[in-house]
Amino acid sequence: MEIFEVIQPGAYTTVQDRGRFGYQQSGVPICGVVDSFAYRVANALVGNIQGEAVLEATILGPTLKVLNPGVIAVTGGNLSPLLNDSPLPMWESVAIHPGDTLHFKGVKSGCRAYIAVAGGIDVPVIMGSRSTYVAGKIGGIDGRPLAAGDGLKRGEGKGKAGIQVPSGLVPDYTDDIEIRVILGPQDDYFSDGIERFFTSIFKVSAKADRMGYRLEGAPITHKEGVAKSIISEPSVPGGIQVPPDGQPIILLVEQTVGGYTKIATVISPDIGKVGQAKPGNRIHFQPVELEEAHRILRMEEEKIESIQALTSRG
Amino acid sequence: MYDSPRFLLAGDRGFLLEFGADIDPEINRMVREMFLSLEKMPMDGVTEVIPTYRSILIFYDPFRIKPERLRAEILDRESKLDKLEIPPPETVEIPVTYGGDLGPDLEFVAQHNNLSPEQVIEIHTSGTYLIYMLGFTPGFPFLGGLSERIFTPRLENPRQLVPAGSVGIANNQTGIYPIDSPGGWQLIGRTPIKLYDPTRSPPILLKPGDYLRFNRISREQFHEIAGRSEGK
Repeated sequence: MEIFEVIQPGAYTTVQDRGRFGYQQSGVPICGVVDSFAYRVANALVGNIQGEAVLEATILGPTLKVLNPGVIAVTGGNLSPLLNDSPLPMWESVAIHPGDTLHFKGVKSGCRAYIAVAGGIDVPVIMGSRSTYVAGKIGGIDGRPLAAGDGLKRGEGKGKAGIQVPSGLVPDYTDDIEIRVILGPQDDYFSDGIERFFTSIFKVSAKADRMGYRLEGAPITHKEGVAKSIISEPSVPGGIQVPPDGQPIILLVEQTVGGYTKIATVISPDIGKVGQAKPGNRIHFQPVELEEAHRILRMEEEKIESIQALTSRG
Repeated sequence: MYDSPRFLLAGDRGFLLEFGADIDPEINRMVREMFLSLEKMPMDGVTEVIPTYRSILIFYDPFRIKPERLRAEILDRESKLDKLEIPPPETVEIPVTYGGDLGPDLEFVAQHNNLSPEQVIEIHTSGTYLIYMLGFTPGFPFLGGLSERIFTPRLENPRQLVPAGSVGIANNQTGIYPIDSPGGWQLIGRTPIKLYDPTRSPPILLKPGDYLRFNRISREQFHEIAGRSEGK
């Protein structure tokens, strides 16, 4: 069923789901949403339980004309969503009707918003996923970001309006961001650099996208005498490369291979926090052990399950 | 090669199993064997495995398997690898038309190495190349085995657009661009074969651990093969 007509695409809006798995060995990156918590909550609010595709909007959201009835939820960064010029409550399921217009006034907090619709955004599944991979020209709408005039369909799904995320579970996207990391895989290429890495404040540069976030700060130096690059190897989302200039790059979801040393890796619940950072925001890294990371992951999962329970009860 | 593989942490859902420190066919053979073993007999809780030059990136679901147990199972599997039936690597033939507008840097590669363009083609087509891994763009092969007689540095200014199928040389490497992308390799020819076609099954032509050879074809053959795959 046609659900939206794209009047304006916004700065960079793509169709994404959990990601494309199983093809990384061939050089096809995972893609998918950057902020997986916001994505999963948006889907939970509209009753989607199968990893349905959503829209990921960046800084300037799109203008969408509603063509058919449906239930939506907008989560993630606050890009000031409006439904027919009234503020649209975020982190809540809302009914939409033909003739409505969903648009966004501008960024208040965070960087990426997620627009889920009951039934999911329906585009063809390519290599196991609906996620847009722009460089590979696959997924989403013809493998590209939305453009004016595109029509978007939704799958079967009813959803229910008025379901709210308890305010304690809504993340706070601030301009000063604490990111938890696990050392490795190449932390043994650094000595004093590790201390500097954890004591410095890094600024998010203008080069920040779904491939990676380049940071600026006091340069992280390698150990005396070690190579500053390694034999190319696959990259994990959240891997933090330190190239020879010492300015770290946090790799995100559209990266497959890299040849720079990686000092640490962002824990998966915090990758979304990186993706909600904007150029100019400040990042501070904090080390955690693997066991602690898994405890945090479990807590994150419980939060999502409690939100999923709200809709299944209805 | 290390006596026993190293486990390197790669976040809360992955680790690298590293077999050695170098680019070496023997180390990569270990990688291929372990990779194929994990593909054929998947381990519970392992969600994806990616072979590389000298390591395997293993993704796991920490809700399904504890890292310590996974580590023990991997080491156990590794110790039994020699009892495993591993199919021998295959050799894939890639047809290439060399020179002209399809290989605009062939002349430069020849001059740089004091060879004629014909000699460059002869050397390039006589090699058998190990596909160490795929990455960078979908299906891009990192190949080992280029003759040092045709090593050539990258372009000083990368091209904005290298057409899909372009065959290039960069220092001691040779490779094929699967999709249109920017690139700084010296382009010596082009293949009409699609390394990456999302509508085909499988979408990616090459497999890590296999071998690759380049076959010279004429411009007419190039257009014939290209036309055939378009018409499909």
